Amino acid sequence: MDPTVSLLLNGIVSGLLLGGLYAAAASGLAVSFGMLDIVNIAHPALMVAGGFAVILIGTALGLDPLLVAVLQAPVFYLLGTGIYRAYNHFFERRGDEALQGLAFFFGVMFIIEVGLVMLFGPEQRFLDPDYAFVTWRLGEIDVPLRMLAPALLAMAAIGALWLFLTRSFTGLAIAAVAQDPEALRLMAVDPVRIKRMAFGISVALAAVAGGALVVVQPIDPSSHHVFIGRVFAICIMGGMASLSGAVMAAFLFGVVENVTATFYGPSWSPAVAFGWLLLVLAVRPQGLFGRAA
Amino acid sequence: MSATTLPAPAMPTARLHLSYWLGAGALAVALILLLRLIGNEYGWYAGYFVLQYVVLAAAWNILGGYAGYVNFGAAGFMATGSYTTIVLYEALGLGVIPGILGAAVVAGLLGLGTGYLTLRLRGVYFSIATLSLSVVLQTIVVNWDYVGGSRGAYIIRPMEVPPFASYGEYIFVVMLVLAVIAVGIGRTVEFSRLGRGLQAIRDNERAAEAVGVPTLRLKLIATTLSGALMGVAGAPLPFYAGYLNPEGAFNLAYAVNAIAMPLIGGAGTWLGPVIGAVLLATLQQAATVTISSALNLWIVGWMLVIFVALFPRGILGWFRRR
Repeated sequence: MDPTVSLLLNGIVSGLLLGGLYAAAASGLAVSFGMLDIVNIAHPALMVAGGFAVILIGTALGLDPLLVAVLQAPVFYLLGTGIYRAYNHFFERRGDEALQGLAFFFGVMFIIEVGLVMLFGPEQRFLDPDYAFVTWRLGEIDVPLRMLAPALLAMAAIGALWLFLTRSFTGLAIAAVAQDPEALRLMAVDPVRIKRMAFGISVALAAVAGGALVVVQPIDPSSHHVFIGRVFAICIMGGMASLSGAVMAAFLFGVVENVTATFYGPSWSPAVAFGWLLLVLAVRPQGLFGRAA
Repeated sequence: MSATTLPAPAMPTARLHLSYWLGAGALAVALILLLRLIGNEYGWYAGYFVLQYVVLAAAWNILGGYAGYVNFGAAGFMATGSYTTIVLYEALGLGVIPGILGAAVVAGLLGLGTGYLTLRLRGVYFSIATLSLSVVLQTIVVNWDYVGGSRGAYIIRPMEVPPFASYGEYIFVVMLVLAVIAVGIGRTVEFSRLGRGLQAIRDNERAAEAVGVPTLRLKLIATTLSGALMGVAGAPLPFYAGYLNPEGAFNLAYAVNAIAMPLIGGAGTWLGPVIGAVLLATLQQAATVTISSALNLWIVGWMLVIFVALFPRGILGWFRRR
């Protein structure tokens, strides 16, 4: 095969696998930012915090990072409901979301990052399971398990979320609270409780994404910086409240970023993220897969 | 905006403005004399640290405080200023004053561009865009060998500048003048039609638009002005430190302080950012000397969260309500 074509194919495949990780990170945000209209700037920081928890627990107990990620999700769910409780009590109820609420999440993000620096130090940490060094070769195309396993976990988590949102009463209520909280109240459902649960789920997803991140790359407390632009760009491109839109946008994003990195060098990939974000905001603010407002 | 919708400011404002400039000038001279009396080089160093935050907080307040648009990328704008100074120094051997002017132009244009692309949408998009802008600018600087890349850039600062006893004193006085100007600009904005228009945008953008406030134009003026002043806040930094690397210039601490200081002091008032900056920066300077720098940043984060939760109008707002 022509080396450029092979390079391109490999770039696309590993871009799709990378997209799986991005989908995990962005799906939680699609719930909090997209459906609940809560601009959780701290989402990627929570993901990195989840990653550190995975390394800590996984190393101590000798467990697989992806397994730990799933096991710790309920703890992060509770953390998320706690954060939402504070947010709702101090900001949402008072109508102060725009300025003070944003500053609140920025402060939370900063507290998490500096807290991680104080606990673990600023250097990179990693936890490599055995399969991280295995690569399947399908003809000319390399499929590293380091990328495949987290992507599969991400798809499973998103699939479960999708089933929950479309099949269960609570899930439908979450979709409804995004559209009309007052109507929900008329049906004797407390919108604040529904939102609290939804926000907890979004933080739990951040923790699962953190486990996936640990398998893919070493992390340090400031790893979340580059993800902020990415996940918000994906979420906006995906049309905000749409889970399937976010997943498709994540795959597209992963491919574009990875092909750029293959041909122009990896140091330019954050610039791709920002370029896309600006382009989407300027040209199609309702997202690639969203409907016009 | 016609004269019937927003009456022109009443006459005494001119006198109020004069009294601000005279008062601030007198305060500045008194501060210099006091620090000369103490006669310790550290005094200039610590004073600069506090004053750069006064400029940064006043700059953030113009957009964030009056119009309610949150800029998360203060570090990016500030670093744009710092690196403009470095480029002018490397290319033309220019000193600190031309660096400040250049920084104002470059950072102002950056603010205008970001604002133009995102301000037609909801405010949160602007916030997210500024945050990722900061990350991308850092990527560019790290990859840019001319300004030292990730190794950083050195500036050989002059030993002394004639009327001043030391270079430390000189750079302090430069920052002091900038702080007086920045706060003065914030104050002028507050009492002008621009400020009233911005406040109308913050309170209800649609209603403001409906009564004929040119919202987009006012927001663009505010982002440009705010961005330019943030660049100015960072411009003398390479001369102050003698060395600058991307990690230091784009430090998230600048971004969090730029938000925390006006909100803690009282956003949307000209005095609030000054109070917040003096309070928080002095606290951090004291904490850096006595305890670890990570812990003092952590304290700033907690103060921000606690203040916005319990005192959403800041220290000034709390006093005014009583």
